[in-house]
Amino acid sequence: MAEPDLRIGIDVGGTNTDAVVLDSGDRVIAKAKRPTSRDVTEGLRAALDAVLDELGPHAHGRVGRVMLGTTHATNAILERRNLGRVAVLRLGAPATTAVPPLSDWPDGLREVVSAGEAVVPGGHYVDGREIGRLDPGSIRRFLDGVEADAVAVTAVFSPATADHERAAEELIRSEYGLPVSVSHEIGSLGLLERENATVLNAALYEVAGHVTSALTAALAERGLAATPYLAQNDGTLMTLEHAARLPVSTIGSGPANSLRGAAFLSGVPDAVVADVGGTSTDLGVLTGGFPRESAAAVEIGGVLTNFRMPDILAIALGGGTVVRGAKAGPDSVGYRIAEEALVFGGGTATLTDAAVAAGRRPPGVTWDLGDISEDFRDTLQRAIAATDALAADAVDRMTLGRAGRPLVAVGGGAFLLPERIPGVSRVIRPEHAEVANAVGAAIALASGRVDTIMPAGESRTKAIERVRREAAARAVAAGADPDRVQIVDLLEVPLSYLAEPAVRIHAKAAGPLTR
Amino acid sequence: MSIRETDIPALARGCAVLGTGGGGDVRAGSLAAVRAIRAYGPVPLVRLAELPPDALVVPLSGIGAPTVSHEMIHGEDEPKRIAEEVERLFGRPPAAVMSSEIGGSNGVAPVAWAAQLGLPLLDADGMGRAFPEVQMVSMYVAGLPADLVIMSDVAGNVVTIRPVDGLWSERLARAVCVAAGSSALMADYVLTAGRARGAVVEGTVTRALEIGRATEDATDPLTSLAAELGAVRLITGKLTDVERRTTGGFVRGTATIEGTGDDRGRTLVLELQNENLVAVEDNQVRAMVPDLITVVDTETAAAIQTEGLRYGQRVTVLAWPCDPLWRTRKGLDTAGPRAFGYDLDYVPVEELAHG
Repeated sequence: MAEPDLRIGIDVGGTNTDAVVLDSGDRVIAKAKRPTSRDVTEGLRAALDAVLDELGPHAHGRVGRVMLGTTHATNAILERRNLGRVAVLRLGAPATTAVPPLSDWPDGLREVVSAGEAVVPGGHYVDGREIGRLDPGSIRRFLDGVEADAVAVTAVFSPATADHERAAEELIRSEYGLPVSVSHEIGSLGLLERENATVLNAALYEVAGHVTSALTAALAERGLAATPYLAQNDGTLMTLEHAARLPVSTIGSGPANSLRGAAFLSGVPDAVVADVGGTSTDLGVLTGGFPRESAAAVEIGGVLTNFRMPDILAIALGGGTVVRGAKAGPDSVGYRIAEEALVFGGGTATLTDAAVAAGRRPPGVTWDLGDISEDFRDTLQRAIAATDALAADAVDRMTLGRAGRPLVAVGGGAFLLPERIPGVSRVIRPEHAEVANAVGAAIALASGRVDTIMPAGESRTKAIERVRREAAARAVAAGADPDRVQIVDLLEVPLSYLAEPAVRIHAKAAGPLTR
Repeated sequence: MSIRETDIPALARGCAVLGTGGGGDVRAGSLAAVRAIRAYGPVPLVRLAELPPDALVVPLSGIGAPTVSHEMIHGEDEPKRIAEEVERLFGRPPAAVMSSEIGGSNGVAPVAWAAQLGLPLLDADGMGRAFPEVQMVSMYVAGLPADLVIMSDVAGNVVTIRPVDGLWSERLARAVCVAAGSSALMADYVLTAGRARGAVVEGTVTRALEIGRATEDATDPLTSLAAELGAVRLITGKLTDVERRTTGGFVRGTATIEGTGDDRGRTLVLELQNENLVAVEDNQVRAMVPDLITVVDTETAAAIQTEGLRYGQRVTVLAWPCDPLWRTRKGLDTAGPRAFGYDLDYVPVEELAHG
């Protein structure tokens, strides 16, 4: 039996499901693109079969790992399907009662997800004192009155002091046998946003189970003895056990994978990345090979969370973007581009046609507009010029005006972008750019993060050391090799208006998967 | 008239504009207001003239660290405890709630507090905008003594302070706030409707609602907003630099906006201290505190808080006159440019615009 030296990366996107196989030298030795199916799993199997066919029958035993980035969780929330009913428990009374749980949720989603909500005594002050004693009686009274598939527990200041959440989790597991999401494992400071993410997480347990069993089954059916992993929103991986606990972390893995894949394929760790699709272009920034994270709150299906997501600027620029006169978009023919674009014999002028009019084509392609009037050609060229200005403006926003970094163009519509864009040193179009997101999944690291408040002053150094160790431990729990875990991000913010000086510390550790 | 659930988004937008970059995020206050109106019904909005002279008005505000109030949200009973203490001290219940600061979160949250207490909200506030310090209120400028502060916290404590002056008021209130977990609800300058005349900025809740509605469904939100405010458009451009540092509990810094379109070639620099305080172009001051300076998104005309300023945003800076009370000698001593450490003689924004 051959050594397991191959990895398969799969990325389930809104339109396509991509798969790649990487060898031990990180070379792409097989790739495939298949339409994403309505139930997601079929497209996944099709893409997997396609790359396995390309490898040939003897390669199955060489696949050691399969990494999956998927939109299962996002789709479940947007479509309100397969969501579990969650008992929402907040530990914080008598504080926080002015804004009860789920106050800002869209009504439809709240009805589907909530089995009931309660604010009971518990939680801590910013300085670590208890707001109220944890009261098992009131927790039991609440849970006895609801029918739930899972429980979401959020305590005030749990990112700094998690005792009450842990105690409540213990009680609920042992007495009710229900799965529990605890907020300190999920989000950072900001009670309502963290609570929202925790409730979404608890609602996704069934979806997580579906994904992990579908992936496990797909591997078993094909005789693959590979270890499966799931990609999360920061471009790192989780084991299936970890993902089963934190399914909400899989949301937003697509952009992160595409950014990481672009860094890998181009060999450039600091760059602007433009992922050009059929409908839109996602721009992101790579710093040290990792996506720059968004400072703003992130909405998932109308619910505000404080999830750390890649900082993405989406603009209406894609291969199917409709051109009217010299103006492009914002609407797109989307997946119908293969019938509708002029170069494919259709009747709708798209940005793909405008690009061809300007002499831009994917490598090795001979699309032609045929006989068109000089006037129309001129109009198309003005449309692509306007689009170039839109892209340049977006690049400027994302680079914060600091010119000199290269731009890595990936995705099926990368050819739309011009050779020169103001504000970037050059435009790089790496090989395999069309499957950058699947590559990103295949090369991902495992990570862990901590966000907490610590006293400043003399104990500061010790406090930071403790946070670093905790972040590293969480990375190892997610599958990282303990010997190769590194702190990749450490942020310290002094807090105002407090009696004792304090700092908010955010640490992230990441490392390659254990061999 | 009454404030209904459907009024809250417009009110929140208007309060954000009047926040001049500070005053705190209006989101949690909006959620609390919507919930309280659903539970207790719409909140009547009363003018000062409608209240009998001896009716008690309770100005309320949340104080503390923004990081804390974002995590440890207020308890629902906090306003009730303050109202009970007012009744104990004055021998009669309060007749109306007033916002101490219409700009930002403290402009929206009083709707929730009034609803919980079953009281009307007074169409007035203590600033007509947002300011960072407790003594920067119209009641102080009008010469009312700062001799009573009532605070309530999430635990249910009620603290009544009888300070000898404004300085002690601030010092003691801050100490109580820290002990309470860096978040508390506060009433200061509890006053009768009679004494409130000339000591509060009237009509500001209505004004916030009108400002919020000006951009609702407008084809050109920016022009509607500027017209509603009677504002000078200082510059339309792109944010090219934001420099911020936190010192002594306050965010200080500068924001630079480079003109685009008709304003190409111009550069405006804003001096920030929680709020937008001074706007400078080519070493010439174009507007200064206590006049109001707000940065809005050029497309949507939504106000952007100082913490929300990011490189590359397309923004317009608007400036408009403050309430005349702030232009008095004592008003300027309290919250003029020198009160914030700027060596500038105050010149009203409308004079700077035409000068």
